[in-house]
Amino acid sequence: MRFNGSETYVATDDLNLAVNAAITLTRPLLVKGEPGTGKTKLAEEVARALGMPLFEWHIKSTTKAQQGLYEYDAVSRLRDSQLGDPKVQDISNYIVRGTLWQAFTADQPVVLLIDEIDKADIEFPNDLLRELDRMEFYVYETKELVRARHRPVVFITSNNEKELPDAFLRRCFFHYIRFPDKETMEKIVAVHFPNIKKTLLREALEAFFEVREVPGLKKKPSTSELLDWLKLLLAEDISPEALRSNDRRTIIPPLHGALLKNEQDVHLFERLIFMSRQAR
Amino acid sequence: MLAGFFLKLKEHKIPVSINEYLTLIQGMERHVISPSIDEFYFFARTALVKDEANFDKFDLAFGEFFKGIENLIGNAFDVPLEWLRKQAELTLTAEERAQIEALGGWDKLMETLKKRMEEQKGRHQGGSRWIGTAGTSPFGAYGYNPEGVRIGQKESRHRRAVKVWDAREYRNLDGATELGTRNIKVALRRLRRFARVGAPDELDLDNTIDRTARNAGWLDLQMRPERHNAAKVLLFLDIGGSMDDHVRLAEELFSAAKSEFKHLEHFYFHNCLYDFVWKDNRRRHTERIRTWDILHKYGHDYKLVFVGDATMSPYEILQPGGSIEYSNDEAGAVWMRRMLEVYRKAVWLNPEPEELWPYRQSIAVIRELMGGRMYPTTIEGLEKAMRALTR
Ligand SMILES: Nc1ncnc2c1ncn2[C@@H]1O[C@H](COP(=O)(O)OP(=O)(O)O)[C@@H](O)[C@H]1O
Ligand SMILES: [Mg+2]
Repeated sequence: MRFNGSETYVATDDLNLAVNAAITLTRPLLVKGEPGTGKTKLAEEVARALGMPLFEWHIKSTTKAQQGLYEYDAVSRLRDSQLGDPKVQDISNYIVRGTLWQAFTADQPVVLLIDEIDKADIEFPNDLLRELDRMEFYVYETKELVRARHRPVVFITSNNEKELPDAFLRRCFFHYIRFPDKETMEKIVAVHFPNIKKTLLREALEAFFEVREVPGLKKKPSTSELLDWLKLLLAEDISPEALRSNDRRTIIPPLHGALLKNEQDVHLFERLIFMSRQAR
Repeated sequence: MLAGFFLKLKEHKIPVSINEYLTLIQGMERHVISPSIDEFYFFARTALVKDEANFDKFDLAFGEFFKGIENLIGNAFDVPLEWLRKQAELTLTAEERAQIEALGGWDKLMETLKKRMEEQKGRHQGGSRWIGTAGTSPFGAYGYNPEGVRIGQKESRHRRAVKVWDAREYRNLDGATELGTRNIKVALRRLRRFARVGAPDELDLDNTIDRTARNAGWLDLQMRPERHNAAKVLLFLDIGGSMDDHVRLAEELFSAAKSEFKHLEHFYFHNCLYDFVWKDNRRRHTERIRTWDILHKYGHDYKLVFVGDATMSPYEILQPGGSIEYSNDEAGAVWMRRMLEVYRKAVWLNPEPEELWPYRQSIAVIRELMGGRMYPTTIEGLEKAMRALTR
């Protein structure tokens, strides 16, 4: 059982190594990196490559650790009791199973994704320490112990919005997905657009990385923006020549709005290009 | 051998625990990697370092421990000198800029580099090699060649057989450099102190259910006050003049602070604090706020945060009439002391690189007035400042 990237996902050697080490030693793998570097996609791809079901838990700022285990739907029970529903006798009818519970009780090994853990309250990761360590938890309402039948392969992603607690970090393996270099990016584009012309790809990447270098951008374009942009370029049948900027008059790459989503950035970018034209 | 490596990491101040070290050994035993130093590097990093800000320290430690591996850095490219000079202002890190400035500016640097180059000709052939070792010499990142300047660490131009840890590709992820709104927020969060204050106007669902159940199923609504950040902050922002370079940073800091604190009041000043400040920079001459009024209006439990480069003539702080804007009756220092006496929790955030501070007299003066509580606007600096405010 080894992960080695896939036909639809380009994984660098160090990422593969981290994934496989995490699987072998059953440690959660914490994945960080700029938005759009394939953190969420990684869990999906590993699940698919290893033929395991994927359980996803997407975290929001209001998410509580308990919701991943189970929730006691007291309001429904209250309503049922006022309506005289006999279901009300059995409290387990009102226990709603969370993602962790489902992942723990699956009858085969699964991949569990806890996506964007840093969105939640600062204490959130600490509240999950025991559950992720021992892969078990207790349901007080029904006095039942839920224990994982197979330790899931756990992926946790973070966008670095909050620091994670040390105790939590010590239990994880950690991988930081660096923004892909040109070579890697070519491969990533190739899995999405297998038939793209070499020349167009080269010019597009050249322009893309140049835009990323523009100092002062609020949000640098990421892989997903590059892919969107390429889709547009292909749809509009833009020629590689139109992207070339090393001739006398620097040009603005066509459809650059797909790369820069922030109005201020578009403005800054256009101004820089304008200035560089003037300087010639 | 691994124990020595573990200690080396500790020595480099990388937070590693025994448990993580044992995991590393366990991984070796279970053959998660083949016996290659590259794979060991990656596995050790995955198992031991949990923050990319520490990757650079790890690279250094790793390199030191496994030295003997040739320091082959060759991925450099040529750029015209004039262009680079312009770009330098935009792209060099604060640290690098400070180093250049400390050396007497760009031209001086070029001259020195040329001289060094001559001296080193014997050892390095031609103009394609690096001068000094990255990180220890101010010339680390630059080399000289006749067409211009050769700037390094631009990966992917010419990939060569560079050892990953020697390439130090995570240098700019070190906590001492990058700072965006997000990072600022994280740091400011240290100041958070949530409390429920005010009128009970929010439905307390859990409690309502509980009370209703106890009440044999008859609804018993429970209300409570909204929870919010109870930390109170007065933010003083230096504006104009030498602060122009830092406008964006001040902007980010301000917007981050605004969303973090319910009790945040901001004021502008220029260079130093005197008898008035203002809230709207466009109306700074018409809508002034007397500093005395601030002292009277805001309780002493407010925390004080100044943001400014403290870069001015020392007269502007120490002399009555020293202000460059108008004739102030009392010296800035008097006003600073007055404020600091009322508001005991105070810090000064200085966007100028820390390495520069010793060279500016006015910074030393302000720093002394602040009782040493001046911090750079790096992630680390901000965190230290927030800690100082909560102490
Ligand atoms: N290594 C990669 N291989 C293939 N596609 C990728 C890769 N990295 C990113 N992508 C593309 O970018 C998109 C965004 O990835 P995603 O996992 O959502 O990023 P993140 O979770 O890091 O913000 C994916 O849907 C995928 O199409
Ligand atoms: Mg994601």
